[in-house]
Amino acid sequence: MNFKLKDIGPQLMTVVAVVLIFGFFTYNAQVNMENRGIDFGYGFLSQESSFDVQFSLIEYDGSHSYFRAYLVGLLNTILVSVIGIFLATILGVIVGIARLSPNYLINKFAAFYVEFFRNIPLLLQIFFWYFAALRALPLPQDAEPIFGISYLTIKGLFVPAFIWENFNIFLYSIIATIISIIVIRSHAKKVQENRGKQIPVLLISIGLIIILPLLSFLIGGVKLSFEVPVLKKLATTSYIYDGGVSLPPELIALALSLSLYTATFIAECVRAGIQGVGKGQKEAAASIGLTQNQVLKLVVMPQALRIIIPPTTNQYLNLTKNSSLAAAIAYPDLVLVFAGTALMQTGKAIEIVSITMFTYLSLSISISVFMNWYNNKIAIQEK
Amino acid sequence: MSKINFLKPDKSNLYTFLYLGSFLFFVSVLDVFLNSFFRLNITGFLPGLLSFLFPLIIGFIGLYFIRIEFSGIKKLDLLNKHINTNNFNALLSLFIIFIILKSIPPILSWFFIDASFAGDSKDVCTGTGACWTYIKVWIRRFMYGMYPNGEQWRINLSFIALALLGSVGYFATDRFKKYLTLYYVVIYPFIAFLFIFFFISGGPVFFDFSYGIIAAILSIIIGFFIPSKFKFYYFLIVPFALYILLKYFIFYEELIELGKLDGLNWVETGAWGGLSLTFIISFFCLIFCFPIGMAFALGRRSEFPLIRYISIGFIEFWRGVPLITVLFMSAVMFPMFLPADFFIDKLVRCIIAISLFEAAYVAEVIRGGLQALPRGQYEAAKSLGMGYWRMHIFVILPQALKLVIPGIANTFLALVKDTPLIFVVGLLEIVGMLNLAKTNPEWLGFAMEGYVFAAIIFWIICYAMSKYSYNLEQKYKTDR
Repeated sequence: MNFKLKDIGPQLMTVVAVVLIFGFFTYNAQVNMENRGIDFGYGFLSQESSFDVQFSLIEYDGSHSYFRAYLVGLLNTILVSVIGIFLATILGVIVGIARLSPNYLINKFAAFYVEFFRNIPLLLQIFFWYFAALRALPLPQDAEPIFGISYLTIKGLFVPAFIWENFNIFLYSIIATIISIIVIRSHAKKVQENRGKQIPVLLISIGLIIILPLLSFLIGGVKLSFEVPVLKKLATTSYIYDGGVSLPPELIALALSLSLYTATFIAECVRAGIQGVGKGQKEAAASIGLTQNQVLKLVVMPQALRIIIPPTTNQYLNLTKNSSLAAAIAYPDLVLVFAGTALMQTGKAIEIVSITMFTYLSLSISISVFMNWYNNKIAIQEK
Repeated sequence: MSKINFLKPDKSNLYTFLYLGSFLFFVSVLDVFLNSFFRLNITGFLPGLLSFLFPLIIGFIGLYFIRIEFSGIKKLDLLNKHINTNNFNALLSLFIIFIILKSIPPILSWFFIDASFAGDSKDVCTGTGACWTYIKVWIRRFMYGMYPNGEQWRINLSFIALALLGSVGYFATDRFKKYLTLYYVVIYPFIAFLFIFFFISGGPVFFDFSYGIIAAILSIIIGFFIPSKFKFYYFLIVPFALYILLKYFIFYEELIELGKLDGLNWVETGAWGGLSLTFIISFFCLIFCFPIGMAFALGRRSEFPLIRYISIGFIEFWRGVPLITVLFMSAVMFPMFLPADFFIDKLVRCIIAISLFEAAYVAEVIRGGLQALPRGQYEAAKSLGMGYWRMHIFVILPQALKLVIPGIANTFLALVKDTPLIFVVGLLEIVGMLNLAKTNPEWLGFAMEGYVFAAIIFWIICYAMSKYSYNLEQKYKTDR
């Protein structure tokens, strides 16, 4: 006999326990739904939603389907996560490097920032920015313009909108830039490996980034104009800015607090990564005659990134998951729109909560699969 | 005295540069200081932007002059090394000094000087500063939620008793030290559970409480006569057995009378709230999530594939979803999964949800510790003839847990910081109470004070926890 009871016993017990628990839940769910006259199914997704969402990236109103409402919520979640990740990365890297500064004041200032913001619950920070700090902003009619074109008011941030003509040609020029930079980089690497000659890749890349889009303006007929927000009177004392892009205060509060909070964790990751590179590595690199910049670029950063990236991705994931706190300040994200309003209207608790959880789950699993792949790619190949 | 080159401060004219540089630096700091504390602008005669940038420029030149390497003056060298290594650093240092100088007066005046402390109505808050009267009036709500004022001594008493019982470890003599783990792992949570669910909750269930106390005392007394070999199993089983025995078989009627202690009204969990609820939830989740997390960490490293996959599924599921959706699930979806006549209290559902959620994180942290242990430890334990459980309890887990103290502490910190999320199911701890108080028509417009107050409390709790974990880490650090 190939297998023994000793091996099978514990596994069988666990599986039976899990199956029993799930069976119990499913059975109860069936009975409960029968009693209450609810039927299980995802058909409601195509029904008319008949509720409105304040802020949406795609066209949406009450006549669209629940599925469309789901998409609106998902896009809003992704929007705030992307903004938050972008800001948190910049701030986190700056603070992380500042934590390593020999300058006592900068060092302590960064440490103070980290200790301060990461020991206060995120929800409290969101509330603080939304209910206390942003409420102190001026009304639209009293707002001072920033650079003459943007307005930061209690009703949100109003910035000019871009109006493109022949936008696709501009897009093609950007794609062409990216492709040519990649080609030049690989060519430069080959040249250096074969002949030991260095091509100034950075300068060429910067040149390309400027020249190609510029050409698309000059030759391709791309035109860009701005639509500046203009004050509009709604009622006797109520004003709003019309035109341009308006960012609601919920989005600002959420993005601000998410990035301030997550930046503290990213800063710690960056610090740990750079500290993790041995002193000997830097000294060895310097002793074979590399310049200060080369040491940083070719020796320290590749090794530090290897340490920095995995925990930082975790923080990105946390930020995305934390963006669900939006529900607390009525920013229409996935949780508020779908697990809040749509659930209230349809009463399909199991379906909607499971879809919401599944969405977050697939988001985080796909990111972690990608990160595992990337991690394996950059890991040290031990011989 | 040699020729002075002002572009290149050197050691030969040390004192000239030193006096000149420190004078300029001093003037720049003084300018900002006077400006922010006394609203004096001593450089007001300069044109617009120059007046604004004057301290920065002067300070920069001053720092440039005193940047002399190996000057031989200890304090100067120290200063140069710490804040003045190069031009860029000097600029940043100046910026930070100025920001601190600029931000002290407004913060001080908001917090203390212009703030109102006296009185007990909104009318006293006329100044520009904070209205701490608001906090003073609402403090009971922020601390105890909707718990009736007259009954709040029960919460206080429970917390004081639990704190005292928790500090037993510090006073234990060597003879009792070996029972401490057992005490903290089994008996203490048991007593805490009884306190919170039967004393704070009160009402007709209170008589259970006296059973618990009697069971605990009896089992401790008998425990002294048990041979130390069986003590672990004894304390694992006997207190619970005694409790059940007492409750269902012995002294039934008499103890009901004894335990009622007239007048302990039942307070439903919906009325619990404020900071005390934060503590209660954190405490229970902390107790529950640790063993669950440990079990799944071991399960994930199990050699049985089915157990391993189930553990991986569990961990990845909880780690992949936000806590808010888990709480949603516990609020709207979980009741559907239970028999129709079976009702679980909202608070208990919350605690279960948060515990399972945090358990997944604890599991990952512990797994990190298990993976970090060298194979030799496992092999050595096995070669001594230890089985799976003995090996893990006596060799592997003590070392692995020691390694992951910082990670565990971070998870617990996250747990404490996540408790405000229970607003989703309608329970209001301190942040929820703040939001409620903020909308009270008599006290509109004091959101800032409330949030600052809560932020200070949370900051103190979390900072103390992280410092404590750092101390623990140092205490249990063993060199390998």
